[in-house]
Amino acid sequence: MNARHLVGLVSGALFGLGLMVSGMTDPAKVLGWLDVFGAWDPTLGFVLGGAVLPMAAAWRLSAGRRPLLAPRFPAPPPQVIDRPLIAGSVLFGTGWGMAGLCPGPALASIGYADPRLWLFTGSMIAAMALMPRLRRRLDAGPATG
Amino acid sequence: MMQAEWAAGLAGGLMIGAAAVLLLWGNGRIMGASGILGGAVDGSGRADLGERAAFLAGLVGAPLIVVLIRGGAPQITPVDSPVLLILAGLLVGFGTRLANGCTSGHGVCGISRLSRRGIAATVAYLAAGGISLLAVRHLLGLS
Repeated sequence: MNARHLVGLVSGALFGLGLMVSGMTDPAKVLGWLDVFGAWDPTLGFVLGGAVLPMAAAWRLSAGRRPLLAPRFPAPPPQVIDRPLIAGSVLFGTGWGMAGLCPGPALASIGYADPRLWLFTGSMIAAMALMPRLRRRLDAGPATG
Repeated sequence: MMQAEWAAGLAGGLMIGAAAVLLLWGNGRIMGASGILGGAVDGSGRADLGERAAFLAGLVGAPLIVVLIRGGAPQITPVDSPVLLILAGLLVGFGTRLANGCTSGHGVCGISRLSRRGIAATVAYLAAGGISLLAVRHLLGLS
């Protein structure tokens, strides 16, 4: 275990505890946020706001510096909004609205030992593991559009 | 009661933000759950598998330790339908990898640096999530 592993471990732990404290490991609270026509629950907005604030400051303070354990910060993101970005996000959102779980909370709640959560998280990991194979097949298949 | 939940949300959110700052300033990495997990399970992240594994160990392990100390998991209300859970899991897995990010990478890390891609992705998954919930919960009556 080196210093970068330690940073990863502590960051992951803080992320998991933050998800737990914020209530975001409860799918009902996430679905409550998405349920604008029902009993709307604004909690997720506070979570996102609370998480964005320190990061916005961190990005600003990063200019002209370098990370502690890496040669440089991630390059500025590409500006192009392409079809995989939007199609993928729509697929993700559709699943998110069905079960109220996204990848972070799905992992943070593994220790809750709830078989319903495991069913979701297992399916999610299986899809991620199969993704390169699916992508190759899509790329190799006949053009339909 | 409601205000207490919002305060807990804000406190937890600040912890999530601090976790993202730590990974950025320490390792120069974007804290994206789907990217870190996806790269670990599909073989594309073999070069830095140790770091990915360490992050995932913390993410899964810290809440598990809390559950063990408290002697139980927090009260949660997941969806019951196995079909819905499996379908949702597959959609979230494929979708986040296709879009190259989820709520943490595109949402927290993207929005905070005013990334056009992060903001566009967040608008798309929020809208899709709202419509999906509307269809599943209010039109089909499933849960």
